[in-house]
Amino acid sequence: MNLNSLTKTNGEWLRALGPDADIVISSRIRLARNLSSFPFTNRVNAHQKAEIETYLKGRLEAVDFEPRLSYLNLAALSTLDRLLLVERQLISRELANSEGPRGVAFAPNEIISVMVNEEDHIRLQVIRSGFSLDEAWQEADRLDDKLEEKVPYAFSEELGYLTACPTNVGTGLRASVMLHLPALVLIKQIEKVFRALQKINLAVRGLYGEGSRASGDFYQISNQVTLGKSETTIINEIRDVIPNIVNYERQARQALTRESRPLVLDRVQRAFGTLKSAAMMTSEETMDLLSSVRLGVNLGLLDDINITEVNELFIHTQPAHLQKLIGRELDSDERNSERARFLRNRLREIDPQVN
Amino acid sequence: MQCQNCTQPATVHVTEILNGQKKVKHFCPACAEKQELLKQQDKNLTAILQSVIGQHVGGKTDELSRLTCPSCGIKYMEFKAAGRCGCPEDYQVFREPLLSLLERIHRGNRHVGKVPHHAVKHAALQSELRDLRQQLRSAVEREAYEEAARLRDLIRQKENADEPQ
Repeated sequence: MNLNSLTKTNGEWLRALGPDADIVISSRIRLARNLSSFPFTNRVNAHQKAEIETYLKGRLEAVDFEPRLSYLNLAALSTLDRLLLVERQLISRELANSEGPRGVAFAPNEIISVMVNEEDHIRLQVIRSGFSLDEAWQEADRLDDKLEEKVPYAFSEELGYLTACPTNVGTGLRASVMLHLPALVLIKQIEKVFRALQKINLAVRGLYGEGSRASGDFYQISNQVTLGKSETTIINEIRDVIPNIVNYERQARQALTRESRPLVLDRVQRAFGTLKSAAMMTSEETMDLLSSVRLGVNLGLLDDINITEVNELFIHTQPAHLQKLIGRELDSDERNSERARFLRNRLREIDPQVN
Repeated sequence: MQCQNCTQPATVHVTEILNGQKKVKHFCPACAEKQELLKQQDKNLTAILQSVIGQHVGGKTDELSRLTCPSCGIKYMEFKAAGRCGCPEDYQVFREPLLSLLERIHRGNRHVGKVPHHAVKHAALQSELRDLRQQLRSAVEREAYEEAARLRDLIRQKENADEPQ
């Protein structure tokens, strides 16, 4: 598989087509599974790790499931290629940075991916655009059933799916929804939302999961409890709370346009202006400016660009994507000037009036 | 300060409060012992501490710290330090401390979600095979060769049926 071709397309989850896609970026389901006859990844020896990889690669390539999955051996990839997969949310940063035999099987539409030899032997994920947790779960459940016909999972009737970390045991399910909440950040109500979510045992994280900063005003909301509740209950608990946050963000957006329209307009246009003309641009600043642009488009304050194009810029300006698009490895200063140049050119293509 | 009963230095000081009246008495260890003011173990601070810890957690920690998974070799203390199990068996081996940990994390300790039908069938078959092998061993010991042959064939048949397609 030629990874360079990935930069020419976008994962389905980035297309901004799903329900409430102006605020809900994506919905994700992750299932943790392990083989019953091997130690967990943290305790296997090199020989066993290779054995697990070969075994699971075979099963994943042969699984009776549409769309077909193709397997990538991650150990054979460059650091840059692995980072590209992280940015596309196909693999975790932990898997990219770990060592030894490991890989990922994914479908061409990038909705489904299965990581091999992560913290658990198998990490199956489905990621969809917009607010569609149920569809994501159905897809994950279907693949899990098919895989389970061929792969003996570690399972106990009492404790469910057995995982390396006790925080995942039971369903092994992490359901998460990624939200874009710039207005709540602007009116300084975001902390209040977090506290309310923590009270009902939901976790809030940044764009790239655990420990990552919420740059670009993106927030991932997910369950923490995996044992003692069914998959449906866990998913429903998240699904029920999302419309409240979405409404809260919408109200905040309305209040902003009603009460501080000139200020918001100024912020949006300055952001767009900077993106069109800066000569150096860090990844962080790009995220923050694009977040304001995205807000402006959703509020009808800016019509030079559409949401799908903004979403694409978010990912194409990430370090690995940028280097792939430019066609060579860049150091950090080079990246910042190439990123600025890429943004100027791209925005000129999107809106020819820009000069 | 001298013991109030003899001339030895006083090391035990007793404060009594009777009807709101505070009264302090001073004894040497010998006189204090005669008066049974101290229990034997109280004379040594280390012993006191050990006995307190022992009563509450010491015995259990000791037992747990010796616990090792026969399957993957992880020690309970290693699991505790890393927060990760070494293999699926650990959930059985460290069952007791794990259950209370799971209760704290999830406020639940029983799976109510999806069940993988093949794995369950597989587990039932595995335990059936374990039983049959046990029976086979005892048949051989009893020199019941006809029965042993029958069991051996049955085990082979079931093992082959379990081979992944």
